[in-house]
Amino acid sequence: MEIVLAILVGVLYTAGVYMVLRRSILKFIIGLIFMSNATNLLVFISSGVVAGEPAFVGSEPVDANALSDPLPQALVLTAIVIGFGIVVFTLALKYKFYEATGTDDLDQLKKTDN
Amino acid sequence: MQIVLLIYLIASFLIFVIPERIKKAVPFFLASVQLGVFIYFFSKIGLVSGGATIIEKIAWVPQLGLEFELVLSGLSLAFVLLITGIGVLVFLYSYAYMKSYSRTDIFYFYLFLFSGAMLGLVLSGNLILFFVFWELTSFLSFLLISFFHEKEASRKAAFQSLFITGLGGLILLAGIILIGSVVDSYSVSVWVENAVMIKSHKFYLPGLVLIFIGVFTKSAQFPFHFWLPGAMQAPTPVSSYLHSATMVKAGIFLLALLNPVLGGRPEWTYILTLVGVITMFLGAYFAITQTDIKAILAYTTISALGILVMLLGIDTVLSTKAAMLFLYVHAFYKAAMFMIAGFIYKKTGTLEWSKMGGLAGIVPITFTIALLALLSMAGLPPMLGFLGKELIYEAKVQLPDVASFILVFGVAGNALMIAVSMFFLFKVFLGKKGKSFEVSYKKDWAYVFGSGVLALLSLFFGLFPSFLGKNIIEPALNSIRKIDYSVKLKIWHGFNDVFFLSVVTVLLGFSLFLLIYRKNRLLEKWRNFNLNFFTIRLVDVFDNTMNSFLKLAKRKTEIVQHGYHRYYILTIFVVASVLLWYQVYVTQGWSLLNVFTLKPFYISGLVVVIVFSTFFSVISSSRIATIITMGVTGYGIALIFLYYSAVDLAITQIIVETLILVMFVLVLQQFPLFAKLSSKASKLRDVLIAITFGSAMTVLALKSINIDFNNRISNYLIENSYVKAYGENVVNVILVDFRALDTMGEVTVLIVAALGVFVLLKSKKV
Repeated sequence: MEIVLAILVGVLYTAGVYMVLRRSILKFIIGLIFMSNATNLLVFISSGVVAGEPAFVGSEPVDANALSDPLPQALVLTAIVIGFGIVVFTLALKYKFYEATGTDDLDQLKKTDN
Repeated sequence: MQIVLLIYLIASFLIFVIPERIKKAVPFFLASVQLGVFIYFFSKIGLVSGGATIIEKIAWVPQLGLEFELVLSGLSLAFVLLITGIGVLVFLYSYAYMKSYSRTDIFYFYLFLFSGAMLGLVLSGNLILFFVFWELTSFLSFLLISFFHEKEASRKAAFQSLFITGLGGLILLAGIILIGSVVDSYSVSVWVENAVMIKSHKFYLPGLVLIFIGVFTKSAQFPFHFWLPGAMQAPTPVSSYLHSATMVKAGIFLLALLNPVLGGRPEWTYILTLVGVITMFLGAYFAITQTDIKAILAYTTISALGILVMLLGIDTVLSTKAAMLFLYVHAFYKAAMFMIAGFIYKKTGTLEWSKMGGLAGIVPITFTIALLALLSMAGLPPMLGFLGKELIYEAKVQLPDVASFILVFGVAGNALMIAVSMFFLFKVFLGKKGKSFEVSYKKDWAYVFGSGVLALLSLFFGLFPSFLGKNIIEPALNSIRKIDYSVKLKIWHGFNDVFFLSVVTVLLGFSLFLLIYRKNRLLEKWRNFNLNFFTIRLVDVFDNTMNSFLKLAKRKTEIVQHGYHRYYILTIFVVASVLLWYQVYVTQGWSLLNVFTLKPFYISGLVVVIVFSTFFSVISSSRIATIITMGVTGYGIALIFLYYSAVDLAITQIIVETLILVMFVLVLQQFPLFAKLSSKASKLRDVLIAITFGSAMTVLALKSINIDFNNRISNYLIENSYVKAYGENVVNVILVDFRALDTMGEVTVLIVAALGVFVLLKSKKV
């Protein structure tokens, strides 16, 4: 299954890169979201995936290798939240930019002055 | 001597704290400091002429073997006395000259700092230290040339001189390091000790050439001479001090200093004599057709510097002696002439000789001084210049190899000098009264004091040369050539071939003068001929090179910094893809352990849904469809997390995805519809780049899965989650306990982002 997921990572990156290269700022932001999803998935599957064995422990010792790896999960969790922060901030910036310039075209953003 | 340098540094800064009402006394204060230093060094004459060398050393950068080493030898003393002595006179002269200008504080600051730097330069016993002072003088020269920075010509000339001398300085440093690497030291004394080894080393010639280029740029030798006439944009005291008597002689000093190390080889002799002779002749040749009196003096300075280089190139005892004497001859008359030129400029308001004439009756004292100085410049008796010229001829006659070539140009150059001097005298001081004397100017003793002293010294030493010869020339000569030679200067050498050459020179000079004086149009024609014949002017070559360099830089910047956001990103991704694929290609041990399987089918189905929704999101032209399908992708990923035992991830992903969707829908109505912005071709290009990058990431993901991480950290976390942190959900424990600081950082990022959003939305419309 990891192979399928790896291909999915590639597809998401492809979509993200393509969208980031568009001139529309909205598409650019959507591209960012795709890329951040792709990266999360990449980190998540990088140490292999285990179905149905979440990393829950009790007082008795457990076989650590049978559980899914908690470390990438913790990293990805942080990444998801921060990615959210970035997207929201970019959206607000974009909102202000459109208000100030009246355009959605990144090519218009060549100078600091109007 | 270190204290002397320190005094210069402190005194320069004192200028700024002197109270306003005694500001007028600044030049006197500085002149008296110079005088004190002059007397201090003058008192060392006895010691140094006895053959002693005073050395002071303190550690500077001991880790690099650098020492702050100051050496007072006969050679440096000769230069020190010139620098401080003429310094006194120049500061007195500046008092009169600079009175009418503002910002004199900064002028005196630069000029005095320059004196100190120049002094440091000639006292340096370590070549790295020498280089530091060398660059300092270049830099201060730049600041002084651009003193009238309101004028474009000043700025241009200043830049030119800084560029040429700065570039030369760097080349010189390369030469110093190259030769220094041979003996593993930058101390001059060590170089002198190992002179034989240096001369036979393979670095000798490259080092020699590099050092020569440095010297030629500083001392205005062909083909770098052109910055010196431009430097005349500086206030006249600067021209008189830096660009005739001191700074341009720094190169000469270095040649004399390194003569025992690098001299005595044909490379030394041929390069220096050739360049020197060319410079000498061209300088004198172009001097005569100048219309600006300061430019005439600048070109004759170039000529004189050429003579000095040539003499040091001839590399015999006699020629070195002639060089040292000529150094003094030239400094005396040229500094005086510049001071006079500055006075004339103040008096008449012009520098063009064609507008002058008949000044002798108006300023008789200046006329007398100018007469003496010009006699010395022409090399006529009874001035010191005559002695200098005789010695130079003697040195040339003795040179066996290239004597005839040098002699012909030498005689021609000197004849031109005589013509220039006479022309100057007759056009400026004698003849009909000029028209533009409307500028009335108050007489001031300070104008004539400096030039008067120098002219009288020229006369005095011409008549009684033995003091100069015995106490200054002889120790200098002996310290350069490491010999014990007794210098006796006489004004009359008897009838010999040197005398014959002098007579020929004088006759030639007079005839030339008469020719151009009688027929003004001849000079005009000559000037036009020069303009037509010498079509390549080095100043223009320099300007063009600079301009095309700027154009090239501009074009390069326009290509690289085009301002299109997406091309920057495109560049990043193209480079990243290329590097990724390269790394994938070269990484060994490619073994895919996983088996391709579509089981479980509902996950495969989910992946297909995600792929389709992603694809639709990318190609859709409807904003709302794009955003909703993007949401589908996000929720799909959340389901994948959920299936593969990442409960917390799934929850977070669902919440975040929902929030993002809500945010988008909220702001969407404010935004315009998607416009068709990109062409088909650019879309195709972007698709190709995206696929290249995406496929590289797939391969990367596959490879990373098969790396055995050994899970030591994860195992530790799982084992201790309940035991130490009392938490059953390991992921949560990591976030709030093991890596709590990270989470705090994450929260901080969110707060900052929230603040940013708040400010952006709250701020008023622009």
